[in-house]
Amino acid sequence: MAEKVKLERQAMCDRLAMEFQDGWIVNLGVGMPTLCSNYTDNSREIINHAENGVVGYGPLAKEGEEDRHLVNAGGQKVTPLPGMACVHHADSFMMIRGGMIDVTVMGAYEVAENGDFANWRIPSRKGGGIGGAMDLAAGAKRVFIAMEHTTRDGGHKLLKKCSLPITAPGVVKMLVTDLGLFEITPEGFKLLEHAPGWSPEEIQEQTEAKLIIPDDLKEFRFRS
Amino acid sequence: MKNKIYDSMDAAVADIPDGVTILSPGFSGVGVPRNLLAALHRQGAKGLTGVSNNAGTIDEHVDIGTLVEAGQMKKMICAFTAATHPSQVTPFTRMYNNDEIDAELVPQGTLAERLRCAAAGIGGFYTPTSVGTELAEGKEHREINGRMHVLEHPLPGDYGLIRCWKADKAGNLIFRLTQRNFNPLMAMAAKVTIVEVEEDIVEAGELDPDAIHVAGIYVDRLVKIPADGIWI
Repeated sequence: MAEKVKLERQAMCDRLAMEFQDGWIVNLGVGMPTLCSNYTDNSREIINHAENGVVGYGPLAKEGEEDRHLVNAGGQKVTPLPGMACVHHADSFMMIRGGMIDVTVMGAYEVAENGDFANWRIPSRKGGGIGGAMDLAAGAKRVFIAMEHTTRDGGHKLLKKCSLPITAPGVVKMLVTDLGLFEITPEGFKLLEHAPGWSPEEIQEQTEAKLIIPDDLKEFRFRS
Repeated sequence: MKNKIYDSMDAAVADIPDGVTILSPGFSGVGVPRNLLAALHRQGAKGLTGVSNNAGTIDEHVDIGTLVEAGQMKKMICAFTAATHPSQVTPFTRMYNNDEIDAELVPQGTLAERLRCAAAGIGGFYTPTSVGTELAEGKEHREINGRMHVLEHPLPGDYGLIRCWKADKAGNLIFRLTQRNFNPLMAMAAKVTIVEVEEDIVEAGELDPDAIHVAGIYVDRLVKIPADGIWI
């Protein structure tokens, strides 16, 4: 068996970005999901949407090329692309709830085998941070999640049922962790690809929910 | 034509009384009415309710968090009431944890649409956002076209503090790129709309009527941001 490797965040996000189809309108959440935009494939046109009302923006602005009026949802200065459009916040969320967004990629604290996920509130702390997550979860055609497989203390995050307050019920379609790529099927988590050196049994040990291991299980696909 | 131009930010906010609701736009530091917020901070009105995407940030720039920290706000209605990262503990977070300020947490798209409804004179709307979550508890549910929705109510404001790129003396406003965000909605949802303008305020007729984002009839007061104002 090859050396056991946990996947880097960029590799995780590359793998989700490989699933984006030509012409998709993509909304990337703040934090790790923005790394998806570093994966480029010239055979496909991807249209970036950010909740602050910009659709069709380009890569991060280089130093000296920033426009103080143009930021993505994470507040990073981005560049315009030909065809870009700006709208106000109600119109931006009209695009989101109205079904214009093909996929949203978000981080999460927990994902459950029924497609529930939690990413806005930890009950031991007062308040929560929803931002656009509940609208995106309810409105986007697909929800993809990128997160570490376990908590820092080794606690489970791929669960039978979420223990934290959920962001939306039953919406997650695909999940990448530092141990592999998973599809959420009506029967639960299906391990599609495993991190190098990790056996399905070892990944199961790190997972509360029962994993479905297909006959055609593959090794994780990296950027070529 | 009624004169809407005020000489200073301080003059434009001088009559804002205690206890009113302030609409404060901006997203990720862009389109924030920092000069008007700084003036309202100096003016010192108290017991205010703020409507904003967040309750302030940890950077040094003036935003709604400056008024929160000064004890001017009694409540915030926003899409974030907890730090998104443990390192991002704001004055609001500390005060909220100590029960020194009240808050209502609203999903961002629902916040925008509630403002739009207030502006549009509509009594509310049904949205699938938050269905099945803790935030939907206690809200009226209705199945529409086979999908469950919750009822959300309009969110009007007494004073809207707005930041725009261009304006004319009639109060017509144009925003640039992602500066627009909540600005048009809050300009239209407030009873009194006060605008800080980046470019020189031009004569009526100089802006293309087809390029206007907010019609001047919504705008009560205009102030050009001075050279030594806050430009970020």
